[in-house]
Amino acid sequence: MDSVFSKVDRAPEDPILGVTVAYNNDPSPAKINLGVGAYRTEEGKPLVLDVVRRAEQQLVNDPSRVKEYIPIVGLADFNKLSAKLILGGDSPAIQESRVATIQCLSGTGSLRVGAEFLKKHYHQSVIYIPKPTWGNHPKVFNLAGLSVEYYRYYDPATRGLDFQGLLEDLGGAPSGAIVLLHACAHNPTGVDPTSEQWEQIRQLMRSKSLLPFFDSAYQGFASGSLDTDAHSVRTFVADGGECLIAQSYAKNMGLYGERVGALSIVCKSADVASKVESQVKLVVRPMYSSPPIHGASIVATILKSSEMYNDWTIELKGMADRIISMRKQLFEALQAKGTPGDWSHIIKQIGMFTFTGLNKEQVAFMTKEFHIYMTSDGRISMAGLSSKTVPHLVDAIHAAVTRVG
Amino acid sequence: MASSMLSLGSTSLLPREVNKDKLKLGTSGSNPFLKAKSFSRVTMTVAVKPSRFEGITMAPPDPILGVSEAFKADTNELKLNLGVGAYRTEELQPYVLNVVKKAENLMLERGDNKEYLPIEGLAAFNKATAELLFGAGHPVIKEQKVATIQGLSGTGSLRLAAALIERYFPGAKVLISAPTWGNHKNIFNDAKVPWSEYRYYDPKTIGLDFEGMIADIKEAPEGSFILLHGCAHNPTGIDPTPEQWVKIADVIQEKNHIPFFDVAYQGFASGSLDEDAASVRLFADRGMEFFVAQSYSKNLGLYAERIGAINVVCSSADAATRVKSQLKRIARPMYSNPPVHGARIVANVVGDAAMFGEWKAEMEMMAGRIKTVRQKLYDSLVSKDKSGKDWSFILKQIGMFSFTGLNKAQSDNMTNKWHVYMTKDGRISLAGLSLAKCEYLADAIIDSYHNALLYWETPIEL
Repeated sequence: MDSVFSKVDRAPEDPILGVTVAYNNDPSPAKINLGVGAYRTEEGKPLVLDVVRRAEQQLVNDPSRVKEYIPIVGLADFNKLSAKLILGGDSPAIQESRVATIQCLSGTGSLRVGAEFLKKHYHQSVIYIPKPTWGNHPKVFNLAGLSVEYYRYYDPATRGLDFQGLLEDLGGAPSGAIVLLHACAHNPTGVDPTSEQWEQIRQLMRSKSLLPFFDSAYQGFASGSLDTDAHSVRTFVADGGECLIAQSYAKNMGLYGERVGALSIVCKSADVASKVESQVKLVVRPMYSSPPIHGASIVATILKSSEMYNDWTIELKGMADRIISMRKQLFEALQAKGTPGDWSHIIKQIGMFTFTGLNKEQVAFMTKEFHIYMTSDGRISMAGLSSKTVPHLVDAIHAAVTRVG
Repeated sequence: MASSMLSLGSTSLLPREVNKDKLKLGTSGSNPFLKAKSFSRVTMTVAVKPSRFEGITMAPPDPILGVSEAFKADTNELKLNLGVGAYRTEELQPYVLNVVKKAENLMLERGDNKEYLPIEGLAAFNKATAELLFGAGHPVIKEQKVATIQGLSGTGSLRLAAALIERYFPGAKVLISAPTWGNHKNIFNDAKVPWSEYRYYDPKTIGLDFEGMIADIKEAPEGSFILLHGCAHNPTGIDPTPEQWVKIADVIQEKNHIPFFDVAYQGFASGSLDEDAASVRLFADRGMEFFVAQSYSKNLGLYAERIGAINVVCSSADAATRVKSQLKRIARPMYSNPPVHGARIVANVVGDAAMFGEWKAEMEMMAGRIKTVRQKLYDSLVSKDKSGKDWSFILKQIGMFSFTGLNKAQSDNMTNKWHVYMTKDGRISLAGLSLAKCEYLADAIIDSYHNALLYWETPIEL
């Protein structure tokens, strides 16, 4: 009998996660994984934060802890603390109960739930996303039923922000369109607007009633300061307007596999926020019923203890500083080697990723000849570099730039 | 226009003053900002516009989860929560299995990292879960014909399958039992998969309408998906007999339908993992292609960890590979990859012979407690009810739930008069019942059954 699945084709490997698969299959001792954005120590090892271990120990030792279903919207204290973290403790939006916060599965889950909610309840179903953006963004929005348009963002000539293009494209968007904004540490480019540029973006968006949807995956991880990295979000919220925010604790708390994040919807009034929350529950219930408890309990434990919170900020700054130092080392080594081109974007860009400006052919060359694993758009994860491996990467880049077109 | 905007030097724009005015003037209906006088110019541009979400209405509470919320709000000391299906001890406390605590301690001692799992989940978990379901030696396992991916408990696994059906079986319908778990239809609705019902519960016998079930499955368009509860049907507790399962398999094969099992209670229904998997294994033995969603919420008490799996049994290893790749493609834009904690717990428990044995013992204990409570409830009903009504359906049902046969008005009486919280379809969770409360519950049921209509004067809903 014929299989009912005969029409099901083999899907290609996810391009980002596929890089790690290829890396794992490579036997070369010189290989470097600059693919997926997970932090690595100087020794190239994954890191579980000390404060996370302590929080977990506390949870496991607590005899009163149970594994009952948590509410559809997640843990209440996690939600409150997450809103406070991104919006600031003194945020009027919080004080006025205008924020509906729903625990979701990390950044992806928060984006998807937010998008499904907008598809059902918002009058506009087009979302503008930057070009380029994280590879999974268009898929998340398409599957939620939104149509995706792009706004100019990265300027390959300057390896910086195409600000004029951005303003023009957002200026041309239909009134009320949704706009995806990377709160800080743009993925994959590492190029962020300055605060003056953010202000212009805010004014333009408010004048056209464009609805901001922030993706905040690196708060504290970009500059080392939680407040600094939340600045863009906070200025939008401070003007009294509405927005959506997807938060992830994957990087800044190293909780990648626990899938912890939150969707916050900042509304005009408490009444609207409470109705919005009730409708978001209807999106969640048929998707996975309620979110997983473990990661959220870790986060809540840390955020509610001033001692643990402080320890966290120190470890977080440690990670951010190591990345900044890798940027410096890579830049200086390329300078020292005399590799052709202007490499200053390496130290101007921020966050886990650098958009090197290398093209697909150069990347393929680096993978084949030097066992450097990275995404074909030229993005490298600085978190995957160490002082020991910088020289090998420099050799690879130098060779690629001088030998491949 | 740009020149009239204030630049935001600091983030304080007298927001508190502004918002106090907003609150004074009210927020619903007419635009509160038309009357307001002085605001900072920046906030003005935003403040005059109403919420983009103004038209959104308050959604009703979830019919199942909302019961617990109502229970919490009730201050009466006699109150009893027989709503959501979460296991309770005789002391009516939540229960974390000892073997789960052991596994968590082990994981902490080992210092496992928290890296992203692959999109398809933890490999050790996927292997263990498929083997638990089909038996490690089953040909479908040995011949690698099962595509297994870790899902967010039962709901998440059902949703992945529903999305696959929508994509690759356009127009195909899913038949769900009447009644079934309330969230099933929401899952298929949101996944945009059409569904219809097959007869299942017979209120006259408080048993299975087997003829109706077979007739409706037969009548469905060829190639329909048939949603079946592997064991311990939710909400009725009424399962087909082994002979009836054979006939169900026959008619499904005859019509080239695709079975879709929801297995949320393996081990929890009878106390035996193998016995509770018999229906699924029957279908696997026949070489059929079908779906199975699994959950570890109840049998390992991992409710909040959201751990389950979707298994797709295919006719070849090649088909299984292709199907698995497409399931991944659905999961990635939903949540990227699944949570690691619950998966590790399951893998550790199943992977260690001693812990696996302990788990089986704890599961037998939980299933045993429920059977004991069933018996006591039955005995109490029989001794207290003088009407001669046949209450034996309680003993014939299996699993966490019992369908009492009470209608909405009667169920409302249970809550309003007796502070017994249950779902409006007449379902009670025996997992939330203690031996100590059986007599009180029997009184409530007898009163509601016989007298509810007299108290509340609402017409009977059939």
